[in-house]
Amino acid sequence: MLQATPSDTLSRVKAIVADLKHKPGALLPILHEVRDTLGYVPENAVPLIAEGLQITRAEVHGVISFYHDFNTQPIGNHRLQICRAEACQARGSRELEHYARERLGIDYHQTTRDGEFTLEPVYCLGNCATGPSVRIGNHIHGRVSAERFDAILDKALTVPIDLEPLTEGDA
Amino acid sequence: MITLYVPRDTTAVSLGADDVAISLARAAEAKGIDLHIVRNGSRGLFWLEPLVEVETDQGRIAYGPVMPEDVPALLDAGILEGAAGHRLHLGLTEEIPYLKNQQRLTFARAGITDPVSIDDYRAHGGFKGLEVALAKTRQQIVDEVKTSGLRGRGGAAFPAGIKWQTVLDANPRSDDNESANSRYSGQKFIVCNADEGDSGTFADRLVMEADPYMLIEGMAIAGLAVGAETGYIYLRSEYPLAQVILNDAIARAEAAGYLGDNILSSGKAFHLEVRLGAGAYICGEETSLLDSLEGKRGQVRVKPPLPALKGAFGQPTVVNNVLTLAAVPSIMAEGGRAYADYGMGRSRGTLPFQLTGNLERGGVVELAFGITLRELLYDYGGGSASGRPIRAVQVGGPLGAYMPESQWDTPLDYEAFADIGAVVGHGGIVAFDDTVDMLEQARFAMEFCAVESCGKCTPCRIGSTRGVEVIDRIRLNENRDANLTLLNDLCDTLEYGSLCAMGGMTPNPVRSALHYFPDDFARTTASPTTEER
Ligand SMILES: Cc1cc2nc3c(=O)[nH]c(=O)nc-3n(C[C@H](O)[C@H](O)[C@H](O)COP(=O)(O)O)c2cc1C
Ligand code: SF4
Ligand code: FES
Repeated sequence: MLQATPSDTLSRVKAIVADLKHKPGALLPILHEVRDTLGYVPENAVPLIAEGLQITRAEVHGVISFYHDFNTQPIGNHRLQICRAEACQARGSRELEHYARERLGIDYHQTTRDGEFTLEPVYCLGNCATGPSVRIGNHIHGRVSAERFDAILDKALTVPIDLEPLTEGDA
Repeated sequence: MITLYVPRDTTAVSLGADDVAISLARAAEAKGIDLHIVRNGSRGLFWLEPLVEVETDQGRIAYGPVMPEDVPALLDAGILEGAAGHRLHLGLTEEIPYLKNQQRLTFARAGITDPVSIDDYRAHGGFKGLEVALAKTRQQIVDEVKTSGLRGRGGAAFPAGIKWQTVLDANPRSDDNESANSRYSGQKFIVCNADEGDSGTFADRLVMEADPYMLIEGMAIAGLAVGAETGYIYLRSEYPLAQVILNDAIARAEAAGYLGDNILSSGKAFHLEVRLGAGAYICGEETSLLDSLEGKRGQVRVKPPLPALKGAFGQPTVVNNVLTLAAVPSIMAEGGRAYADYGMGRSRGTLPFQLTGNLERGGVVELAFGITLRELLYDYGGGSASGRPIRAVQVGGPLGAYMPESQWDTPLDYEAFADIGAVVGHGGIVAFDDTVDMLEQARFAMEFCAVESCGKCTPCRIGSTRGVEVIDRIRLNENRDANLTLLNDLCDTLEYGSLCAMGGMTPNPVRSALHYFPDDFARTTASPTTEER
């Protein structure tokens, strides 16, 4: 993710709040946009969001902490999610989780020392006929064996980081 | 010019469809062939993905599963003429038995059209329902939905027509509305529940990715029916491709006059927006979803008031599942009667069953209610993918029971399943082979409840964590009998002390595992959990 300077961060958050605050129920769209732009929802974004929406900081905190998506600390260059839900379990996701932890040397919610990967659990990616499923950025992979897992990591390290919401799949 | 179809669908792409499309395009260019590649939706025959089809005089001919490295050989074998020489040749797509034997209403267009092409949608009967609805009164639209017998597809199976009637009759300016002076006074809303959190389900996703206009049309009709001018699709953030496709489709529908201030020059308005969830299973529960939509913590609300009377932003709101709303265009176009002719008992119409987990042929099988689990698992699913015997099947998501083989002949309809303590839910079917450890599955059910609880009720929030601990002790053989009793007590507490089905139904998978697979809880030697291995 982009590393921004503190003042840079604040001005971006301000711009996002100004842009979205008029939407009904604007808080989630704002938090998503902040996370997508900065890679996380920094502590110092909270007062700005609270002020923009005229709600308390506690309310903003309460919402951030409720949802799994809104991490408050920076993460690695790649958000790597392994599906832990039942249909993937039936296809060996427990073994895959085990392999991934060993291979990366981290547990869930941790980031590899080189800052490349943050490992997270996810509960179903809607890819349940062809599990185990893994998501990296906005790309979902099916039938992920240990070998395919390695290939996903390799590709992530060689292909430029893609911050776009999702490129058109058209050839 | 030759037309090839390569699906742009999460599962197809997860197995390499984008690379296949690129390889095909490059190879054709190198050979100077005039090739038109359509990124269609998936047919839902996921075990064959990436499924490439070529348009021929006889119809569309399928090849699959195609890997990028297969492309040169496929071209040599004459894929562009639909030739039969290659091992991946499947013949006419429509003749593949898995597809041919289905009764597709919801998925009639899936995989056939380019999902975001309005022309394709129209050419296949799209927007007829909207046109019919524009010529009817509100009450007539609602009556047609009642006649169809359509029941909510999100799990609770509540009759859609009755819900719509309540919203139609509700006064959006009523004085007891706390928001009487709010900016929302006078409005009603249509909210599509696209949170599809159940493991083993992807039918909503397939609708949104393969045939998004059907959902858009269904929501616009719902708006006309109850007098709502704004709709939200609450989409889980785990579905990034569906988000892109929906937003694209909505923009095109606006440009073409199917959405906006003046739908098809009728003077009636309907606006639609996709809102993203944020990774919380409980936000699939409708009141929690509404709080989330309003920008709050997604906590379950006490009912009443019903969302139909006080829903989004305190206003009368229709909350329906994707499949429920997607069924509406054909009900409008063909009439409620035609829809009601499918099905059994009070379960009318069709249900897309989703075959997942350890099955050879996973995918979407849309049939009238009444088929048995065994037929689905073997005739369609082809048995386990691993080649080992299937041992347990979880139907209806993470809160559904694990069913042993003795129950696989039960016909799939809401009432027959309820009679044996199981649920059809959203139609997800997850098969496990005989390597499954049912104690581990029971433990996961408790763990999932602990992770995803909205925190409002103590039994759900705390009891689930206790459940995990108790199961761990059973595994370690500590005071087995006492702990088994404790586990049963915990299940009772969850069942009776929870506000919603998250806590209330977590006992389903736990008790069914205990009851039908007791051997897995009776080990005499302790073995480490996967976590500890
Ligand atoms: C814990 C829980 C999770 C739910 N998840 C979903 C979901 O992901 N999608 C859905 O459509 N309904 C879900 N529901 C059901 C909704 O509360 C509600 O019944 C549904 O949106 C109504 O739409 P329908 O009548 O069209 O089914 C869930 C319910 C509970 C209790
Ligand atoms: S049962 Fe659980 S998820 Fe449902 S309202 Fe209570 S605490 Fe929330
Ligand atoms: S259970 Fe893993 S993708 Fe659905």
